Formats: sequence, C-alpha cells, structure tokens
Amino acid sequence: MPEQVRNRLAVDIGGTFTDVVLEAAGGRLTTKVLTTPAAPEEGVIEGIEVVLRLAGLEAGEIGLFIHGTTLATNALIERKGARTAFVTTAGLRDILEMGYEKRFEQYDFYMDKPEPLVPRPLRFPVRERISARGRVLLPLEDEDLRRAADAIRAAKVQAVAVGFIHAYAHAEHERRAREVLKELLPPGVTICLSSEVCPEIREYERFSTTCANAYVRPLMAGYLTRLRQRLEAKGLTAPLFLMMSGGGLTTLDHATRFPIRLVESGPAGGVILAGEIARECDLPAALAFDMGGTTAKICLLDDGEPERARRFEVARMYRDLKGSGLPVRIPVVEMVEIGAGGGSIARVDAMRRITVGPDSAGADPGPACYGRGGTAPTVTDADLALGRIDPKWFAGGRIALHGERAESALSRDIGAKLGLDGHWPAAGVSEIVEENMANAARVHAIERGKVIDRYTMVAFGGGAPLHAGRLAEKLGIRRVLVPVGAGVGSAIGFLRAPIAYEVVRSWRVPLAAFDLGEANRLVSELREEAHRVVAEGAGAAPLTEMRLVDMRYLGQGHELPMSLPDRPLSGDDLPDLRQRFEARYRQIYGLHLPDMAVEIVTWSVTVSTVPEPLRKSPPPPRGKTAASIGRRPVYEPTLGKLVDMPIFRRSDLEPGAAIDGPAVIVEDETTTIVPASFEATVNQRGDIVMETRRHAL
Amino acid sequence: MPSDSLKSIRMQVMWNRLIAVVEEQAQALLRTAFGHVAREAGDLSAGVYDVDGRMLAQAVTGTPGHVNSMAAAVGHFMKHFPVAAMKPGDAYITNDPWMGTGHLFDYVVVTPTFLGDRPIALFASTCHMVDVGGIGFSADARSVFEEGTLIPHLRLRSSAGLNEDVLAIVCANSRNPVEVRGDILSLVSCNDVGVARLLGMMAEFDLASIDELATYIIDNSREATRAAIRRVPEGSYQAEMDLDGYDAPILLKARMTVGNGEIVIDYAGSSPASSFGINSPKCYTDAYTVFGLKCAIAPSVPNNAGSLEPFRVLAEPGSIVDPQRPSPVTARHVIGQMLPDVAFGCLAHALPDAVPAESAGSIWVLAMASAHERGGEARFANSTRFNVMNVGLGGVGARPGKDGLSTTAFPSGVGTIPVEITEDQSPLVFWRKEFLPDSGGPGTHRGGLGQVIEIANGEEAPFTISAATFDRMRFPPRGRSGGADGRVGSARLASGPALATKATHTVPAGDRLVVELPGGGGLGEPRQRSRARIEADIAAGLVTPAAARRDYGFSG
Repeated sequence: MPEQVRNRLAVDIGGTFTDVVLEAAGGRLTTKVLTTPAAPEEGVIEGIEVVLRLAGLEAGEIGLFIHGTTLATNALIERKGARTAFVTTAGLRDILEMGYEKRFEQYDFYMDKPEPLVPRPLRFPVRERISARGRVLLPLEDEDLRRAADAIRAAKVQAVAVGFIHAYAHAEHERRAREVLKELLPPGVTICLSSEVCPEIREYERFSTTCANAYVRPLMAGYLTRLRQRLEAKGLTAPLFLMMSGGGLTTLDHATRFPIRLVESGPAGGVILAGEIARECDLPAALAFDMGGTTAKICLLDDGEPERARRFEVARMYRDLKGSGLPVRIPVVEMVEIGAGGGSIARVDAMRRITVGPDSAGADPGPACYGRGGTAPTVTDADLALGRIDPKWFAGGRIALHGERAESALSRDIGAKLGLDGHWPAAGVSEIVEENMANAARVHAIERGKVIDRYTMVAFGGGAPLHAGRLAEKLGIRRVLVPVGAGVGSAIGFLRAPIAYEVVRSWRVPLAAFDLGEANRLVSELREEAHRVVAEGAGAAPLTEMRLVDMRYLGQGHELPMSLPDRPLSGDDLPDLRQRFEARYRQIYGLHLPDMAVEIVTWSVTVSTVPEPLRKSPPPPRGKTAASIGRRPVYEPTLGKLVDMPIFRRSDLEPGAAIDGPAVIVEDETTTIVPASFEATVNQRGDIVMETRRHAL
Repeated sequence: MPSDSLKSIRMQVMWNRLIAVVEEQAQALLRTAFGHVAREAGDLSAGVYDVDGRMLAQAVTGTPGHVNSMAAAVGHFMKHFPVAAMKPGDAYITNDPWMGTGHLFDYVVVTPTFLGDRPIALFASTCHMVDVGGIGFSADARSVFEEGTLIPHLRLRSSAGLNEDVLAIVCANSRNPVEVRGDILSLVSCNDVGVARLLGMMAEFDLASIDELATYIIDNSREATRAAIRRVPEGSYQAEMDLDGYDAPILLKARMTVGNGEIVIDYAGSSPASSFGINSPKCYTDAYTVFGLKCAIAPSVPNNAGSLEPFRVLAEPGSIVDPQRPSPVTARHVIGQMLPDVAFGCLAHALPDAVPAESAGSIWVLAMASAHERGGEARFANSTRFNVMNVGLGGVGARPGKDGLSTTAFPSGVGTIPVEITEDQSPLVFWRKEFLPDSGGPGTHRGGLGQVIEIANGEEAPFTISAATFDRMRFPPRGRSGGADGRVGSARLASGPALATKATHTVPAGDRLVVELPGGGGLGEPRQRSRARIEADIAAGLVTPAAARRDYGFSG
C-alpha cells in the first residue's frame, strides 16, 4: 500500500482479541480489545475509538483502513453459516459427502469424517455432462433446474452453490444454471459457481470450496455491510481493504463475492510482517514463528517471500490431522500449523511419555494458573513454573497468575506419574512442546528441500518469544529476531500488504507438445481478470505481475511452481522451463529423471501493487549495556537447572543495547527468554536480535 | 536424581525425534512416488531399525499392510547381507513377496547407517510400483512366475554407485520402465534422508550409539501393549468368515488365545491356498491381523518391535493365509484385508462392546484398460489406448455407539481417486458414483453405505475391467449383536449380464459397467434404533420407506 497515505489503520479480529494498530505521523499506537462474537463490528469500533483517542485524531483523518478477520473461519468451525443448497451433476451428488473416502486416523475406528456443509436433502442433481476435454456429452436440462429451484425455494435456503463435473474446462452450463436459478429464486439468495470460485480439477475439492464460499457469503456480506455503515456513521470514510489468506489485499466488493479467500488472514498478516523485516534486515532466509494460545505456526520465507500454496483445510476436527477438515482450494501462504500454544494441555500417555496438545484449554477455562476453573496443566503453567513468566506482569498485569495452581497441576498430572519432582515436570512439558514444534518445522522444511539451520527466526505472538531461543537451539538456528510490537504482529503486517489477486486455471498439457497459441490466450484471460480485480482497489498505482505454471513429471501427483516470462510464451522458452524444473526437483529430492516426460497442470497469474521501498538505516553503534530491573531463577534447558537470570524491561532498551544470555526481557504482551547460549542486541528498528555466541558454553 | 530426570526427558525427546525422522523419510517418498496407488492411496512405508534388525519406529504415513511385514523384512535382508559385511554407501533391494510385503509390486530398499565406519542403524522403505511386468494387476496368474519379475535380495548401491545391472533388469521387465526406475531411486533417496537426519540427531544429542534408546523404546512399547492386552479377559475365542473366493468359496477360521499379556491368533483350519492370485503371504497376514488387534486394543502405541512382540500369528503352511512359493499373490489384499474383521470376530466374544460389525473389507480395485490387448475388432483399432486404476470403496461396519462410515476404506488406508483425474487420463465417463440406499446393514447403529458406480467408455469402443478383487458378492459383511448384514456387492453390465467371476471382463462399446459396493454390517437390534435417526435416514434417502418398514418396523 502506498506509504504516503497518512494515518493508516489496521484491525485484526481474532478468536479472543481484536487487535488494532494505527500508524500516524507521531508513530505507532496499538490496542487489544475483547472480540465481540455476536456483532464483531462492535469490538472493531471500540478498538478504533481507543486508538483515535490516544492519537488525538478524528475518524475522518484516517486515510486507509485494512481489515482481517477470522469470522469466515469461525463460521465454518462452528457451522454457523447460511443454509446452503448444492446443485450438481446428476449421478454425482454424494461426492461432497464421500470426500476422500479415506480414514485420516488409521488406528481409530471411531473417527468421523467432516460433515458436508450441504446435507443430502439439499443437494440437487440436474442432468448435464461435460467431458474432461470440455465437450458437452449431455446438454443441460433446464427442467431439472426448475425443479431444483422449486425445492430450494421451499427449503428457505439463503445460498446456492453450483458445481458441475469438469466445469473448469467448460463453464457455460454453470453460467446457464445461474441464469435460470436467479430468475426463479428470491432476490436475496446468493449463487456461487465452481467455475468462478475455484476453476481447478479434482471435483471434491472444487465443490467443497464452492460450498464453503456460498456458506459464509451471506454472513460475511452482512457483517461487511454493517461494518461499512458503522464506520461511515463515525465519519470514517477511508478506503477499506480486506486481508486475504494469500497475503494480498482486496476490495470490499470482491471480498463479499469470494469471502472464502478471507480465511486465515491473520496468520498471513504475521508472515507479511516477517517478510518486511527480512527485507529490511537483509535476511535471505527467514522463519516466521507465531505462537499463540492454541496453535503455533511456522512459515519459511526466502528473500522475504513466503512459499505459497493453493490448498488449505479449514475447521479440522482433529487439530493436527490432515484430512479431518474441509478442503478449500484458495491461494494461501504455505505454513505448518500445530496444536502447540500456551493453552495446550500436557498429559502422560501409556508409554509413560509426556504429550502436549493438540487440544487447548483456550482462554476459558484457560491454563490452571489462570485460576478460572482450568485444572489441566498447560504450556503456560510450565512457563510459569520455570520462572519464565512473571505472575504479576502477565498480559501487562491484567491477568493475575497463580503459581501454586500451575505447580500442583503439573505435579499431579505429570510429576506423580513419572516420578519427577520440583521443576522437572514443567521442564519436561516445555521440552516436549518445543520438540514438537521443532519436528514440525523440520518436516516442513524437508518437504520443500530447505536447510532449516540457515534461517533466521522471526518470533511473534504472545508465546513465541518465550520459546524461540530453545526452538532455535533445537533447529540449529543461530539468530532469532523478536520484532517491536510482536504481540500485534499480524495487524502490523496488514499495513505492509500489497493489493493483490491470483487467478488460477487447470489445463493439463505435456511440455513437449502443446498449443502455444491456446496457452497464450489462457494466460491473457487470467491476466485480464487479475488486473480487473486489482484495479478496483489500486487505481493507477504501478503493478507487478507474476505468471506461474505448476509442473510435474507425467504420472506424479506433486507439482512444483515455475515462473513464466512476462511476455507471450514461445517455443524457445520450453527447454529453459524444463531445465529449471529439473534443477528445482534435484534440489528438493536429490535426483532428476532425464527420460521422463514433464507436464504442466495448472496456470496462474498474480497481479499486485509494487511493495513500498524499504526503510533501511545503518546499524546502531553497539555496546551500550542496559541496566537490569531485578533477578529471578529461571530454568535453563541446556544446563538442566534453574539459573538466576537478570530481568530487563524492553522499553528501557535502546538501539545498540546489548545483553548477555541467560536473561529475561519483559514487555506488556510477551516475555523474551535469552538462552545461555545466545547474546542479544537491539537493532536500529528496535527489534531484539539474539545470536548464538561465538564461544558457546 | 536431577540427572536421571533430565535423562528421562531426553529419552522421550529422542523417541519423538526418531518418529519425526521416519515421517520425514516417508514424506520424501510420498512426494516423489509415481502412480496413484503409491501416492493417493499412500501405499508405501518407511522405518528405522537397530543393527539387530529390530524396528524402532515406522512412519504413520502408509498402509496397515506394511505394519509387521516391514518389521520382518529387514531381518530377511540381514541374512543375505550380515551387518558386519555392510559398507558405507550400500543399499539393498528385493520385491520377493515372502521376504518383503506380500506381492511383487512392492519393492523394499534397505540402507545401513554408519557413524564413521561403524554401522549403527538401518533404514528401510517400500512403495507400490506402477508395473512389474507379468500379467499386470490381476488375480489370473496361476503362479508367482506369471505375475512379474522377482528380484531377490541384491545390492542396489555400493560406494562405487548404483548397480545399473539390477535397474536394467527391472526396467526391461516393466511396462512403465521410467516410472519404476524413478520409484526405486525415490526409495534410495528417502532412505538417505533418514540416514542424514539420524546422524544429525545423534550429533545434537551427542550419541555414539542408539542402543540405549532402542531398548527404551522397545521396552516401553512392549509394556504398554501388554498392559492393554491384560485388560482383555483371558481365554480362547473363535471366529469364522466365508468369502466368495475366485473359483470356490473360502473359509477363514481363527482361534484367538489371550493370556499372560499376549495374544496368539491361529488360522488353523482355514482354506488351502487358491490357485489364483488372492493368497495372502504370511507377512501380509501378520500385518493385517495385528493391525486389527492393535486398533481395538492398543491404538495409540507406536509401531515398533516392542509393540508388535506381544501379538503372534500362526497359520498352516500352504493355507490361503500362508501360501508357499510359487502360489500367486498379486491381489493378496482380497484375503488380507478381511483379517481385521476375523480378529474382531474373535475379540467380540471377549469384549462384546468394543468392536465394530463387519465392513465391506478388501477394496475393489477398478483396473480398466482399452481392449486393444485383447485383440478387439479392427473398427476399434484407432480408439484411445489407456490403462487406469480407480478404487471402489464400500461401507464400514457400525461401531459401538455410532453408525458405520459410508464409502470409506477399512482396514486399508487408501482413499479414492477423483473422477475428474481418471477421466482426464482416459476416455472413461463416470455416469454415476452415488450412495446405494438400503445397503448399510440395519441395526441400532447402521452399517455404512456402499455405493453404485457406473462407468462407460466415452468413445465408441469397448474397455476391459479386472474383477480380481471383487469379493463379498455372495457373502455379505455380517452384523453383530443383533444387527443385520450389510448388502452384498455386485458387478454387471448395464445391459444386464452379471460379471460373476474374478476374471477380466470386456464391457462392449456403448454398454456400461455397473458395480455396487457392499454395505457395512449393523450393530445391535434394528428395532432399538432411534426414530429420529430412522427419519433422518429416510429424509436423506439413505434408507427407503419400504426398507424402514421391513428392517426397522418403522411406519412413519
């Protein structure tokens, strides 16, 4: 977004808190207010009023408003979306419920598959059939559509998803279905087409995405309209943009049409912040580590750019299990999410091993130490018992913690079962949760052919700075950065996001022989659509464009994205494309297959505003030693004992300040633990930078 | 004391790490494998072993058919390549069904790990190849010699490089030589990933050997499994199951003995080996039997030599669950995947409220091809040549307290292949793929529904379908505790004729193949089923009003 716009506001609605960030001439102001689930706009307005008051600004002086919300995700998790119907090809109406026809948990014969968003009585078959090549095998029967419309009307449905087989190759039947249905259904009924929401091959995933979009659309449209009205009533008329899961911003109108693209926007914001830090601090490889109350997320960025993916699972019933949620094919920032947060519950299993998560005590009843009825020991309880958290200063002193409750929960549920006493149960819980995160990060890296110990960790979210140092030790990472404003990192990231849009289409062709003219026509269609969407918000701002194809060896199922030149393809480009594919393949898997045919599966174009210029300033002179405000015993894992550590207040630390580990740095929203093997300095941006000592212990 | 505490936590951390190491190994394999069976169905496995050949960890990614078979496979390699003779850079290979994982399609590669020049561990992996020659994926072979090329335990790689001679033989005998070579190299490289990770872990934890960790893992797992088994009432329990078989019905018979923290299942009295390729080699019989028992008794204990030890499986050599060379075995899962239900049948006597009713069981592999190889009529000569595989999945048995899952694989871990993917790779058209009403066995808890799949060649040409794996067309998945049976499966042409045998059939041009997958058995008296559930089933069209009246006595 243009830097020159003054007074920029970002709001991130999360499950518990709504975070508000205002960047004005005088600097950055932040606040957290409680989320108001029944009418989320209330919390937004309240938070905005707080920061405006702090800044002494009027609503009308806000120049830009960027918003991200978990509303769509929550509607899917809690199944509180619209009553939705699904119109689909006759003979195939159960695809949506059959799903992958696979058990995602092999040893648990009690496991259940996710319920489809549209129950069988609301799935309406119509006669029509398109072939894989986009040929009409059976013309669309209008009569069936009319019969479906009667039933849909009678069922008082608010949203209709239309998904025909192979509609990505031939959208006319779906368009015709919309025409007919629109005429026959009440005007308030929303209609979504699979060929528009997700024109990609694999019927279950396309149908699931389309139904999810229809399911959340009335709710999101209602919320966004109410929000807009409330803002205008307040005099806040600045342009409003929505954060999408892929890391780009879009207009209110477009967000209202494709609200499924708004899921997971919060984590995407955090990743954008990490990207900006990586560019400003010249980090070629950055690992974004976000740890909150229920989960931890890890994302790898190379040259400030995260990897992207086009498949995501929402509303997993079993938090860490792939396959237990609803698949949606939308552009997302590729990250691994694990059930490891402050509220994650610790237990001892049948093999006498400590396990942590994936279930969480959440905010209610919360960890045992909250004293709000939670009795199970959690990661936060362990952190408290290990001296990492000051019970008087948790959440800026707003939540009083009870150390004795934490210790008795840990001793009862962990210590007594394993014969561990003192701080050992807590040390075990902490060590296991850190190990779980390290393992997830390692597998995530290897899946992408990345060497993880080359990365610099960027830690944000309330829990991350407590565990980042130990996690880095486990991963062999030598540098950890805790940014300013780590507690509201996602909302700060929103302010750095470009207006961007990605359009995708499935078209499988062998690289050795395909119709270049057809390919160029397809790419220009994709470009046109992406430019149209971005122009709605970006006006005449300069734009960049990225054209990608997903390639694989014929017969494989996993594709690698390869960039295309910014001009029409010619035959001369193809050998280079193959060469780059093989080089990347070799980098990831250590081999390549020169005799094997390569094919292109998917085509995409992303158009985006140009990122703002970096604000680089020279590193501050080093050497100022900060004064500690006290000392307390804190567990140091590499020594296996409690060590008397000095405590520093983050607000006392100026650029250039240096602190030797082990040490504790406290601030309102979080606490940074500097392990014994690290030393910390404060950089020109105010970030804490922890680096492995050259002469480690 | 503190140092003991620290050590105990360290052991737990290292165990977790070792499981993560084999998961990385499996993921590396999954992403480079060719062919839908390996990839979509996850028909692969990866594990790490100590130098005595004891399996220490196995990736969760994979299918149950590899549970015990992989645990035993490494021991067979060590007979041919003793650890003392292993050299850095070595890797070994076989696809011997009796020494690996039960059919020629699965190649196993084993790679030793060295710290300096001392062997400290072994990694093994396997995956289902696209094609291994012979008559292809069919039960029609009368011996393993017709089923494809068998590579005995051979050295695949040494410090000097790959053994290209072995690869040349494998490739020369496959219809898809490039993919098969790619898959074998993937096995090699995923093991290398495991080796590198293990060495990294040992450096980090400053370990010179993993022996102490191995003992910790195996002892804890064995104890946890024994403790779980002790909760099963001691005694001897029997079960039997009838199956269609290829040319004659098959009887599976089992006696389970529980005592001393151990379970022994003896299949004595089961049918002799079939002369067609549906026999389940002992390694595969062990795998699915133990998988079923573990599901019901100790689902959360990770797979390793310790957790598998308290389960023993006995069978008569020459029987259908322990066929001897050269019995054909390609479609081994037809028998093998029924064994968890046989184990549940035994367990039901001991723990009546803890096991599900019978499921559709073995998956129906829909292996479809153009009819060119069958010497079709000249007018079809120019039609598209293709050879594709999809799967048909029936219903899972009702579970204690819950209905069975509809159209879901059990016990196999495979999933379906999207209709659009199969249609993109062939001219086939799936006109129907829908739940089959009334196919779920009636009960207080209803069995999962089967499905009907209707497929035509979109071109004016015939195609072939191998019915090798279509079972439960005569003997249905049975209900339990008063629950009724699920519906039997069927296969026919839309024009009428039934495809009654496990042979390869031709679907004439213009006609359609119609398969109906079996439904799962019901659990408990149907008349105890709640009205609300019956009404919901009728409203959804899963149970017809007529069947509700007949089976549940429900008159609306």
